[in-house]
Amino acid sequence: MHGAGERLIELAERVAGWAKAGEDVEVYVARGEDTEIRAYGGEVESLTSATSAGIGIRVVVDHRLGFAWAGSLDEELLGTTLEAARDNARFATPDEHVRLPEPDQVPAVPVGRWDEGLASVDTASKVDLVLALEAQARGADPRVRQVSSADYGDGSVEVALASTRGIRSSHRRTSGFVSVGVIAGEGDASQTGSGFSVGQGMGDLDPDRATADAVQRAVRMLGAVKGPSGRATVVFDRRAVTTLLAAVSAALSGEAVSKGRSFFAGRIGEDVGSPLVTLIDDPTDARAYGASAYDAEGLACRRNVLVQRGMLQGFLYDTIAGARAGVASSGAAVRGGYAGTPSPGCRALVLAPGPEGLDEAGVLAAVGDGVFVQSMTGVHSGVNPISGDFSVGAEGLMIRDGTLAEPVREITVASTLQRMLRALHVVGADVEWLPGIAAGQTIAIGDMQVSGV
Amino acid sequence: MIDTPVLERVLGQALRGGGEFAEIFAEDRTSASAVLDDGRVEELSSGRERGAGVRVISGETTGYAHTADLSEVGLLRAAEAAAAVARSGGDERTVPADPRLSPRGGTDDRMAVSLSKADTLELLRRADEAARSTGGAVSQVQAGCGASRRQVLVANSDGLLAADDQYRTRFSVSCVAVGDSGLQTGFETAARTVGADLFDDVSVDDLARTAAERALSKLSARPAPSGEVAVVLAGGSGGILFHEACGHGLEADHIVKEASVYAGRIGELVASPLVTLVDDGTVGAEWGTFAIDDEGRPAQRNVLIEDGILTDYLWDYLRARKEGRTPSGNGRRQSYQHLPMVRMTNTFLLPGNDDADEIVAQTQHGVYVAKLGGGQVNTTTGDFVFGTTEAYLIENGRITEPLRDANLIGNGPEILTRIDAVGADFAMTPGTCGKDGQSVPVGCGQATLRLTGVTIGGTAE
Repeated sequence: MHGAGERLIELAERVAGWAKAGEDVEVYVARGEDTEIRAYGGEVESLTSATSAGIGIRVVVDHRLGFAWAGSLDEELLGTTLEAARDNARFATPDEHVRLPEPDQVPAVPVGRWDEGLASVDTASKVDLVLALEAQARGADPRVRQVSSADYGDGSVEVALASTRGIRSSHRRTSGFVSVGVIAGEGDASQTGSGFSVGQGMGDLDPDRATADAVQRAVRMLGAVKGPSGRATVVFDRRAVTTLLAAVSAALSGEAVSKGRSFFAGRIGEDVGSPLVTLIDDPTDARAYGASAYDAEGLACRRNVLVQRGMLQGFLYDTIAGARAGVASSGAAVRGGYAGTPSPGCRALVLAPGPEGLDEAGVLAAVGDGVFVQSMTGVHSGVNPISGDFSVGAEGLMIRDGTLAEPVREITVASTLQRMLRALHVVGADVEWLPGIAAGQTIAIGDMQVSGV
Repeated sequence: MIDTPVLERVLGQALRGGGEFAEIFAEDRTSASAVLDDGRVEELSSGRERGAGVRVISGETTGYAHTADLSEVGLLRAAEAAAAVARSGGDERTVPADPRLSPRGGTDDRMAVSLSKADTLELLRRADEAARSTGGAVSQVQAGCGASRRQVLVANSDGLLAADDQYRTRFSVSCVAVGDSGLQTGFETAARTVGADLFDDVSVDDLARTAAERALSKLSARPAPSGEVAVVLAGGSGGILFHEACGHGLEADHIVKEASVYAGRIGELVASPLVTLVDDGTVGAEWGTFAIDDEGRPAQRNVLIEDGILTDYLWDYLRARKEGRTPSGNGRRQSYQHLPMVRMTNTFLLPGNDDADEIVAQTQHGVYVAKLGGGQVNTTTGDFVFGTTEAYLIENGRITEPLRDANLIGNGPEILTRIDAVGADFAMTPGTCGKDGQSVPVGCGQATLRLTGVTIGGTAE
């Protein structure tokens, strides 16, 4: 391991300092600790504890980029990783837009997602929490036949970034979660539901709510039959909306736009949605699960307004995608840890709450009749952020006279993302910051094709 | 990777707390990838990851700790952390690591040859050119090549000591075509458990043209139908139907928790008599092939459904031990940072006797799926979806107009009884299977077959 007492940022700076003349080097280092505990049948089924660390290095020489990474901070691997990145750069196509970021003077907003107390929580308390969660879910309703999963997890991660262009940033975060999956049954029928709670540490977690959510979702689906086919207004619940927004966000990447892989390309200043569509990515909002002071290139994260009252305003950029589009980075670089290179992406996308201040019941009442979707499947295969084609599996309940009625399963809902943005006609104000890159609130989209029998 | 005396000492330490079973899984993985996008070689990446995980089983509880530190000190520390789950202290035990079960590493020298960076780039450029020359409407091409070598070592307190050396190479092309109807996409991939030999069998030009044609054909596509239709799946269109409709539901972890519609149904008719389903980790160089699984057991062929009758489930060590049987070589993990669990390898339907063209000719009205995308299943209810990425209408026994992408939805046990024709053609396709946050490479295979009624989620009324 690297020298005792050396801080992560010092390690990043030391390796960046090995750059040769004419070479730019960016060093990203991360170190973390994780605990995961799963309960089953009143016992701990598994307990995993781990430490991990890694480095990712970008080298730019003559407008050519090379990358290499290692899942270790062993001194021996630091040098070989830099060498590998350097060698990879030799093979890239020279491109005037390829560069490393320069400090841009935008001040970082110190959104701390760090729970100082997490490190001192002993394993026994975590075990007690997850055993209680499992027992609670098992006893929550006579129709709960099985608790298929009850998990607790927490972790801390520290990231530092230094480059020969003067970038120097470091930040750290803690996170914790509980999640629970139940199987409810009545006669031959079984239905599943899941619930979770996330936070910066153990103290933020709400196991009661996770359990209640899981049980409600499973129990209310009992007796579900395959739904009817036809055009309908579809109400998506908050969790489903988080997934929908994440799918839309891929089309808001400046890189996707410049490479002709977004249905939003060339449409800035045009109406792309109903007046209810205001989309903002704001990682400086401390409530957001993805809140962060710095982006994945070490620039300050900032608030980016992407769509305002239906009109497309702009896209998200990292340094290279920005250069290609002739604009500065919007501080929106993300990366999948030390093994990935940066690309533009959302961290905290939110749809502005609707003016009427509606909660779920309010949205249902406003809609009157339709289909309420509580969960979607096949999003990965069924939502195409390039063409906009949208077709997913769904389960949920019929909406009759403004309230939830009988459950339906094995249906699909289909449209295109373009049409869905235009047909968005009710937006709730029940915004919840769920894990992931987007928030969710209850929304209603008209004229969707529902397929069942 | 780790000397035998060290393995013995670490296993001994892992059992000191009173655990009944201990295991070390060590891994050293190197990977390289290159991407050509928008006409430029944008990214060459090299990666290295090595570490070990120590697992201790005590009663119903599994302790797991992993570390990137492969020194004896690092391994002993992981062993101690994993052993902390054991409730009662035990006597000191000596654990001999006896290499009585040591399958050959899964490679020969020829497979070990990996492609040079220059050769890789040449292939990417060829793919880019081939895709662009397929049609003027092809507006964007991304070609990628990734290769990895994964050396694994497994030792456990039952005396198992096994190693494998796994090579994988994957080449993929994705295209965008632009027309009056907007943008459409096409994707094609080839992936095998070999090194540079992949390109002895695979023409990157053909692969690129297939991806480009897929995007081009959809420019004139009409919306897919909506509701229940007859569906003909082309041979090798994905095979993901079986992976989702029943494969996951046959994994023993879902079975023991009664979280599968197939629990307690061994010996019952669960599918059309035309269905014989096999999971086989030993097939050629398919994407889900290996010499040993990530618990050190040799890969094997497992017949899961025979002539429609459910014959067995898939087993890892933990679930097999509980049921007092032998594991089936299906204990897999994404990396040393993960606990092993029950996973599929190469899952396929054995071919039947029908003529593939006849199956189409005898379908009055329906949908012909030439290529499937991904899918997902809820094993408890059996409801599953899978997406199309190339599909056509069948009208009066003929394949006619192309359709836009859509998901199909069905219920596993129901759909499996609705297979009324299985062709004699057969092909496998590579895929990535996700479960509980872990991804592993798998193969899927099937011949041309017809489903008499499945719900397709298009936008046409």
